[in-house]
Formats: sequence, structure tokens, C-alpha cells
Amino acid sequence: MTSWHEFFTMGGYAAYVWPAYGITAVVLIANAILPGRQQRSLLKELSRRGMRADKPS
Amino acid sequence: MFIWFHKLVSPPYFYKFAGRLSPWLAWLSLLVILAGLYAGLWLAPPDYQQGDGFRIMYVHVPSAWMSLFVYTVMAMAAAIGLIWRMKLAHAVSAAAAPLGASFTFLALVTGSLWGKPMWGTYWVWDARLTSELILLFLYLGYMVLNRAFDDRRTGDRASAILALVGIVNIPIIHYSVKWWNTLHQGPTVFFGPRADIPPSMYIPLFIMVAGFMLYFAAFILKRLQVEILQRERNTAWVRELVEKS
Repeated sequence: MTSWHEFFTMGGYAAYVWPAYGITAVVLIANAILPGRQQRSLLKELSRRGMRADKPS
Repeated sequence: MFIWFHKLVSPPYFYKFAGRLSPWLAWLSLLVILAGLYAGLWLAPPDYQQGDGFRIMYVHVPSAWMSLFVYTVMAMAAAIGLIWRMKLAHAVSAAAAPLGASFTFLALVTGSLWGKPMWGTYWVWDARLTSELILLFLYLGYMVLNRAFDDRRTGDRASAILALVGIVNIPIIHYSVKWWNTLHQGPTVFFGPRADIPPSMYIPLFIMVAGFMLYFAAFILKRLQVEILQRERNTAWVRELVEKS
């Protein structure tokens, strides 16, 4: 690459190169965030169920 | 040595091990991918035929490679799970499937975005593209089947069998470009004559593949924690863990 202009236009292929990289970024970021969120909500659900069990019925 | 393995494979120990290792791998993969992007998008010279359009290769090839690699990991874990009845092995398959499906989806989408300017079409029923699409359905089938039963063990076993049946598709994808004369490029970088592609182009590709592999290692471990928790939710160590957190 010689210039920022060429970088953004990708030599005329910007309409294909940048969406390809954009979608890749979205999918990779989603797969990075989701598991952590699932883990937290599962732990919260298990702790809520734990408290209910401790209460004398 | 066996005791160490036996201890590592025990869910509570592996849960902690995965939790500690995952962040390191995640940050390392980010660094390697950023380096690969800089090398691939900026340093690598434009292709004499495709110009800068070829740079889609740096996300397409790693995604496609990972879609095959992850399925192999998934099928091996499924076999181990079925043969030795190891719950953790099934958890590995279940953790790998969504990542494999994501990589396959990316391989199809980036490939299609690359095909439009170079072949003049987003899709063609070519042997390589069709077998990769079947791979996506196999991943989705695994994920649906795995959660289709109340008893997680039944789901694990049924989806493991599907994963093993589907393993035949992996060599088909790999050799599809040789067996049928396809529009898709033949093996060039990993299994083909590397003379066709200069180091300034394939070195960034190796960096990106390494980055994707690290990324996979980081986030299969993270997903594995969720899968372990789901399968071990009624055990004492999970109750203890929940109280602590």
C-alpha cells in the first residue's frame, strides 16, 4: 500500500473487501462476548435457585 | 503423568484451568490478528490479476481452514465421549460447534464476496462451495440435536453420532477442488505448490491462521466453562462455586 486513499478504496474493490472484513469482525467479536455473558447469567440463575432451596419450606 | 491427566480432566479442575488460560489466549490472539491484518492489508503487494481484491484471502482462508479444523476437533471429542463415556469430551464438542458454525459461515460469506468481483457471481453450485455449505448444516444440526433432549446425556450422544457421520464431508471438502474441475482455487498455500504465491503474500496468511487458532483456543475454553456448568449444575462443586461468586 502506498497511500491511505488506496487503502480505503482497496484499488476499487472496497465494496467487497471491507464488508468481508466487517462481517468477520462482527462474528468474531460476538463469539468473544457471548460465552462470558452466558456464563454470568447461568451462575446468577444457579445462585438464585440455590437461595430458594435454602429457605425452609 | 496419568494422575495429572486424570486431575486435569476432572470438571472442577478443568473449569478453573479454562478460566485462567482463556483471557491470556484471547489477548494474544488479538495481537497476532492485528499483526496479520497490518501485514495482509498494508504490507502485502497487490495481486497482478486481482489487485487489492485478493486481500479478502486473509479472512477467507483462515475461516475456511478453521471450519475444517474445528469440525475435526469436534468429531474427535465426540468419538472420545462416546467410546469412554467422558462428559467433558461431549462438552468440548458442544463448545466447539458454534465456533465451527461461525467460521463456516464466514468462509461462505467472505468467499461469496470474493467471488462476485472475480467470478462475476456471489454463488455457484461448485463442489467446494456446496460441500462447505453442507458443513454449515452439519454444525447447525449438531447444535440443534445437542439441545433437543431434556436429558443432556442423550443430546450429547445423539449429536456425537451425527458429528461422526458427518466426518466424511471433511475429506470431500478438501479434495473437492481436485476431484471435480471446480471454479474454486486448488490447494495453493498449505497443500499445493507454494511457488505460485510469494512469501510477502503467504506470510501474512500464516499469521492470520495462527491468530484464528489462538482465538479458537481462547473461546472454546470460555464456552467450555458454560458447557461444564450446565452439565454439572447439580454437583457440590458447582454449588460451592456459585456461593463463592
